[in-house]
Amino acid sequence: MSIVQESIPVKIKVKKNKTAYYLILPGIGWLVLFFLVPFFTLLATSLQKPAGTTPDDGYLPALRFSNYSSALSEYYPQFFRSFVFSGIATVVCLLLAYPIAYYMATKATKYRNLMLVLIVAPFFASYLLRTNAWKTILSGDSFVVSILNSLNLLPDGRILNTPIAVIAGLVYTFLPFMILPLYASLEKIDIRLIEAAGDLYASPRQSFLNVVWPLSLPGVVSGTLLTFIPASGDYINAELLGSINDKMIGNVIQSQFIDLRNYPTASALSFTFMALILVLVYLYISRAGTDELV
Amino acid sequence: MIKYIKSLLLKLISIAVIVYLMIPIAVIIIFSFNKPKRFQNTSWNQFSFDAWTNICRDQTICRALGTSLKVGLFVTIVSTIFGVLISFAITRHKFKGKAATNLFVFLPLATPEVILGASLLALFLNVFIPLGFWTILIAQITFTISFVVVVMNARLAGMDPRLEQAAMDLYATPFQTFRYVTFPLALPGILAAALISFSLSIDDFIVTSFNRGGVVTFPIYIWSAAQKGIPPQVNVISSIMFLGSLLLVLLAGLISKNRKLKQV
Repeated sequence: MSIVQESIPVKIKVKKNKTAYYLILPGIGWLVLFFLVPFFTLLATSLQKPAGTTPDDGYLPALRFSNYSSALSEYYPQFFRSFVFSGIATVVCLLLAYPIAYYMATKATKYRNLMLVLIVAPFFASYLLRTNAWKTILSGDSFVVSILNSLNLLPDGRILNTPIAVIAGLVYTFLPFMILPLYASLEKIDIRLIEAAGDLYASPRQSFLNVVWPLSLPGVVSGTLLTFIPASGDYINAELLGSINDKMIGNVIQSQFIDLRNYPTASALSFTFMALILVLVYLYISRAGTDELV
Repeated sequence: MIKYIKSLLLKLISIAVIVYLMIPIAVIIIFSFNKPKRFQNTSWNQFSFDAWTNICRDQTICRALGTSLKVGLFVTIVSTIFGVLISFAITRHKFKGKAATNLFVFLPLATPEVILGASLLALFLNVFIPLGFWTILIAQITFTISFVVVVMNARLAGMDPRLEQAAMDLYATPFQTFRYVTFPLALPGILAAALISFSLSIDDFIVTSFNRGGVVTFPIYIWSAAQKGIPPQVNVISSIMFLGSLLLVLLAGLISKNRKLKQV
């Protein structure tokens, strides 16, 4: 395969007329109505005041900014915990995902497709059941825990109902979201660049740090975002695998909204959470210096 | 020698990661053959085919599954149509606001599910839309559209536009070009996108739990059963869904491989 042949630019024919607007209208219209507008109703709800003494009396439109201060002063530990747990889970995912993505992209030509199928396979089994299965695997009388205990590796003598279990659950749930974008960007790297680095006397370490890693950065950025964002909002792992002291912000939002029907507090928490995520993502992307997300 | 050890290490880590991903699935399948001592199906008691031969013994399970399948079907149809149309516009047309459209479609993917669920619930509460089947549909369509667009964009971007140009040069009408060239080429992508939105819909818990009212989908059933014990029948259904989808994907892979071989 010659280089010349590959690099002939294909001029994509683009049509310039109104058709595009008709094509995007239904989908974009739907998203405006049910994705964008709800943020405004969320904001409005977060400032409402109770009409009576119980949730059954409903809430009235108001500008009660104190909803925010009281919600934050009560639940800042859960915010903090969410970001710490999902931050650790994201780093662990990256450490686990990079080797396998690299292996698939460079070595495993024969089994590449099979490995890809196996990596997305967990999505075919129920998310709740998978998390619940970890409960079985990590429970006190299980084989894993007894081995770790006989080696004296567990300070509390258990994994279930500890932060470790929650973080391990998050790692498990979101690992495929890290592997896939990493693989996509590693696969695009021209193997000849790595060979060239070697020919120019770069050590394997140097060629990794100066060639492979920088070229895989788009994958690292989108992988970490696709892991960190959903992990920070997850509440299934904390609910099933953690103790009462490991609750994350998702648990609070869920119980305030659905169990307690305290809509203003729940909305204030959701809105703050979204704002924090946007700030963190913005800082991260501007530091990582790439805007190539999709 | 060092190089050999390094590549062996890489291989071992990769295998370990795959095994790690498979462990809970193995547990789900193994425990579908368990006869739990009491309600909790979390420790091994006795091998039995009971759950497999009597899946609908507890009717609420099968009713919940039926609801999920119905929701999944509607969601898949609507979100696939919406998403495929957007993707065609983005990859095949030039228009003002294209970059903004691209970003806007990506945003739901970058929003935690709790926020999607919570903000939609805030909308429904404020405009007094009663929660139930329809609000579940609305919520699930909203978050699956973006996945369809991402999958379709990848497929359409890999399609050679010169094929369509060739058809036009050979005097095919725009409709004929679409019917005989564009559509068949895009079809595998459309099917993949539909499969993804169906599996997202059928497994969705978080967004649905906010907007379901009193409707019980399969994941909602599992969640409410988790407290007193998930019956092994749930494991059976999940095992069937898992093995079925895996078979479908492997089959699709084989077919496309055969086609490629024939073309060569």
